Amino acid sequence: MESILQIRHLTHTYSIGTPFERDAVRDVSFEVGRGEFLGIIGHTGSGKSTLIQHLNGLLRPTEGQVLLSGRDIWAEPKKIRDVRFRVGLVFQYPEYQLFEETVYKDIAFGPVNQGRQGAELDRCVRDAARLVGLREDQLDKSPFELSGGQKRRAALAGVLAMEPDVLILDEPTAGLDPVGRETLMENIRAYHREQGKTILLVSHSMDEIARNVDRILVMKSARILMDGTPPEVFSRSEELLSAGLDIPHAARIAIALRRRGLDIPPDVYTVDALEREILRLRKETVPC
Amino acid sequence: MSVMIEAENVRFTYPGAASPALDGVSVAIERGAFTVVLGHNGSGKSTFAKMCNAVLLPDEGSVSVEGMDTRNEELLLAIRQRVGMVFQNPDNQIVANVVEEDVAFAPENLGVPPDEIRRRVDASLHAVGMDEFVTHAPHLLSGGQKQRIAIAGVLAMRPDCIVLDEATAMLDPMGRREVLSTVRRLNREQGITVLLITHHMNEAEDADRVLVMDDGRIVMDGTPKEVFSRVEQLRDTGLTVPETVELLDRLCQDGMPMPLDALSVDECADAIANALARKG
Repeated sequence: MESILQIRHLTHTYSIGTPFERDAVRDVSFEVGRGEFLGIIGHTGSGKSTLIQHLNGLLRPTEGQVLLSGRDIWAEPKKIRDVRFRVGLVFQYPEYQLFEETVYKDIAFGPVNQGRQGAELDRCVRDAARLVGLREDQLDKSPFELSGGQKRRAALAGVLAMEPDVLILDEPTAGLDPVGRETLMENIRAYHREQGKTILLVSHSMDEIARNVDRILVMKSARILMDGTPPEVFSRSEELLSAGLDIPHAARIAIALRRRGLDIPPDVYTVDALEREILRLRKETVPC
Repeated sequence: MSVMIEAENVRFTYPGAASPALDGVSVAIERGAFTVVLGHNGSGKSTFAKMCNAVLLPDEGSVSVEGMDTRNEELLLAIRQRVGMVFQNPDNQIVANVVEEDVAFAPENLGVPPDEIRRRVDASLHAVGMDEFVTHAPHLLSGGQKQRIAIAGVLAMRPDCIVLDEATAMLDPMGRREVLSTVRRLNREQGITVLLITHHMNEAEDADRVLVMDDGRIVMDGTPKEVFSRVEQLRDTGLTVPETVELLDRLCQDGMPMPLDALSVDECADAIANALARKG
């Protein structure tokens, strides 16, 4: 797979020269393939937020490089704005950043700054609204008339409207209720399917990560602890737990069943797979 | 057991809203209880939380805290000292530039003597596992750490009751566990009444009581086992069930009879192991 992002020996040190000096990210290297859906997990303070803010040039590495399509994003610091158009970062609680009179204008803010206008502008605004599941009649409303979940969608649409090559989502479903979480993730999955764009998803919800991504990076104490597919990472559940991380609930149940002597394979980490395995065991125990 | 907070037929509509946020809520929260309120966004649970320390006042009906009516303005300070609130976004709750000063803010305003403030600040930061950050700047902390500081700030008031309005929503799993075990310990050891508002079903597993809200009303009220085994009704109110119950419910539908009240991972694993052993 062709790499869209290459992170090479990235280190970021906060408060250099003060008693609070510390490395938030230390010598981290990885690549992200074009079209990949990558999950990033790690507990609070592990460095994941600092890491993602380097990927669109909001933070500058203390050491190391970030390459976008093979080019160091800081090669020409004056052109860093172009990097921000190509790598869209949706912060936590993005609805706090809504400010325009109408939802339409708010979504259009990014693309207008990119220099889009007329029919082209209208198309990317409406496409973005459709991708996040906002209705046409909601576009003329004030963003502040929307419900919490709809505001979140409007803010997400504002980034999608710039049609970035890479979309980075920091805890996109935090604070939403279970139905809101699932419908928003369905929109994000559909966007990934339809557009084939690269997505980086930062989430604390292991269940959300388990259900959605192709590959997982596990961060711990400013470094990468694991890098692999969900079955690879979650088969190391015991290791994740001892590193103070969470694992999907189904993986917890699987561990408890194994402790009771049941033969559940190590790579079972979803309720679906667990259900299949239990039914298989049930069949096998039926007396002939 | 005496009543900490009592709501009687509370109705409330936000200005300009078409439908009421609370539509006849009557409930008594007992002193010393650990109560979890569940509900989807817009179900009225946060509005209810804000009624508990007079941030909002009922349009109709009444709310009283230890017998004090929240509509009586003269009792406002006493009520807010008894019932501390922790909100969702820690950034909106931090006022000082140094962690210990932030935690000291409430006791300073309550006129607590300096020695006692020192003791309370240290004990509160210890209770939320933030001892080593006493002299740090809050803005350099992560979201989860900030929220623990906010909780310490409430603890320093020595309230009888803490209301956590989705206070764990922005925390990572470890931070969430720490906060939950902290409030549970405060509940158990110091008898502080806890009202926890959340979407996270798993946080309700070992509560004394679970209230489910929908459309501004309390639609379910019982122990976690009672509430979570009503899978269909929960789904109808836009909630999910814990993965343990989800798995047991699916196995039932696959023709493998299972108890739906095996909530914890160990109970669930025991139930499955037993069912498979019986079959064999």
